[in-house]
Amino acid sequence: MDISIRNVRKEFDRYPALHDVSLDIRSGELIALLGPSGSGKTTLLRLIAGLEYPSEGAIYFGDEDASDRSVGERNVGFVFQHYALFKHMTIGANIAFGLKVRPHDRRPPRVEIARKVSELLNLVHLPGLERRFPSQLSGGQRQRVALARALAIEPRVLLLDEPFGALDAQVRRDLRRWLREVHDQTGHTTVFVTHDQEEALELADRVVVMSQGRIEQIGSADDVYDRPSSPFVFSFIGESSELPVSVRGGQVFYGDAALSVTANSGIEGTARLFLRPHDIEIVHDGDGAIAGKVTASHRDGGLRRLDVVTSGGHRIEVTLPAAQCPDIAGDVYLSPSRGQVYPAGADGKAG
Amino acid sequence: MRILLIALALGFFALFVFLPLVVVFVEALQQGIAGFIAAIVEPDVLSAVRLTLIAAAISVAANLVVGVAAAWAIAKFDFVGKSLLITLIDLPFSVSPVVAGLVYVLLFGAQGYFGSFLQAHGITIVFALPGIVLATIFVTFPFVARELIPLMQAQGRGDEEAALSLGASGFKTFVLVTLPNVKWALLYGVLLCNARAMGEFGAVAVVSGKIRGQTNTMPLQVEILYNEYAFTAAFAVASMLALLALVTLALKTFLEWRFDDEIRASNGH
Repeated sequence: MDISIRNVRKEFDRYPALHDVSLDIRSGELIALLGPSGSGKTTLLRLIAGLEYPSEGAIYFGDEDASDRSVGERNVGFVFQHYALFKHMTIGANIAFGLKVRPHDRRPPRVEIARKVSELLNLVHLPGLERRFPSQLSGGQRQRVALARALAIEPRVLLLDEPFGALDAQVRRDLRRWLREVHDQTGHTTVFVTHDQEEALELADRVVVMSQGRIEQIGSADDVYDRPSSPFVFSFIGESSELPVSVRGGQVFYGDAALSVTANSGIEGTARLFLRPHDIEIVHDGDGAIAGKVTASHRDGGLRRLDVVTSGGHRIEVTLPAAQCPDIAGDVYLSPSRGQVYPAGADGKAG
Repeated sequence: MRILLIALALGFFALFVFLPLVVVFVEALQQGIAGFIAAIVEPDVLSAVRLTLIAAAISVAANLVVGVAAAWAIAKFDFVGKSLLITLIDLPFSVSPVVAGLVYVLLFGAQGYFGSFLQAHGITIVFALPGIVLATIFVTFPFVARELIPLMQAQGRGDEEAALSLGASGFKTFVLVTLPNVKWALLYGVLLCNARAMGEFGAVAVVSGKIRGQTNTMPLQVEILYNEYAFTAAFAVASMLALLALVTLALKTFLEWRFDDEIRASNGH
């Protein structure tokens, strides 16, 4: 099911949560809505579900305008952050709920429902747990039951709100891989909300980066990491350092040092340079390099992380393969091999 | 210090709660079991018991329905006037029951605002069962709603949204999801509401007119008997009310124990 969000605006008590958001989701795609809290990502998900209605704009399911359809009519599978399993019902009854509440003429026979429940429990790797209650399951198991319950109604689209937010790191990693498998098996168009960039980059076909009620960038993991469209995206995704620079005729200067990174055409005068820690080399002489002093150094797996304060007083993080680099201290020269230059007026940092 | 505090609490309790309770039963049985039974099977007393049960049944049913509706609206929806409604729900607790009774007399009594209209249509409210029920509903309204609101607010809308997203209608969502989530709290509220409904004196005293054998509830009957120096009979009826209180207390303790469990289960994720 293609989903098209067209110029949607949402206000809560006159406070805008989303400003003019447009997004096309392709059928069968696995998409992540990524952003800090307050970025509007959950609001957008709830608008797609029909748990909220847009103040302006429209939401299309295929060719059909679903903007005024209720959540029940939209036939979406929604998985809540805290699972929202019905505590007084068994796992089997939870999963069967969506089928049992259908009107008589559309309700499958009892045997059919039971078969479907056990099939779904197999899909989520929890076979035979029909008679348990939610309180007897672990967090990860409950989340899988919640997904099975959402899938039982054969939804047109699967929506997950911070699906792994309440789980510990190991369980998250396992479930992430497992969700990808389920998606590949069932082929549902899937949208999930997360504030965890690692999760978004690993899992999604495309990532929608959001900030302050707006979409900052839509793209693959490579796009948003290697070609961030704004300072916000650059600093929100991955590690980064920022330097104030000046651009003169396409050449980027930090103080007097002419750096080897290039600025996009059209940027002139004061600007902001964003660097990834692994795109910086340590060089031996000061020509075209940034002079600085190592203030801290520590080993992180196969990497060595250095905190460097430049002669201009700015902090830069550098990571180097530990094998290449003995413990460094004192004065160094840094040469950025790659970086992104944004005009000085562009948007602020992550937060 | 600790011993002093405990002694103070226990002494206070013994003097003001336990002793009177014992006295009620001792007085009621002053003339033996036979005297007790004779006092209770008296027609006026039986009529009072019947009236109390009827009034309580209607009031509890009404407050159950309206209380659930109000709690649902307040806990799950946002609307204009919500905070006003929350404040108004507590009104019956802060207003003297006598005032409540007087208001109904003023509205529906023979000289009241709607008096002539009601008279013209042959409807009697004051000094009859409808008045007693109205006054009781007013006084006992907060019990169910107040029991439910905090619980339903704490539970949030997640379960309901899940049910709706799975295609359940609003009614099915209510019956299959919302109601089971609050059933123990609801029972608890009903129990307290019922105890208060049966024991209500002030508001009912104003609207009932105290017609013997007709509009006297049990608490009113107790007062009348007492004023007539029929101490044994007065205490016999009073002991029934006290017994009701004890049963309520026992059930309440049981429910608290059950309900506590339920609360923990609902927060256990």
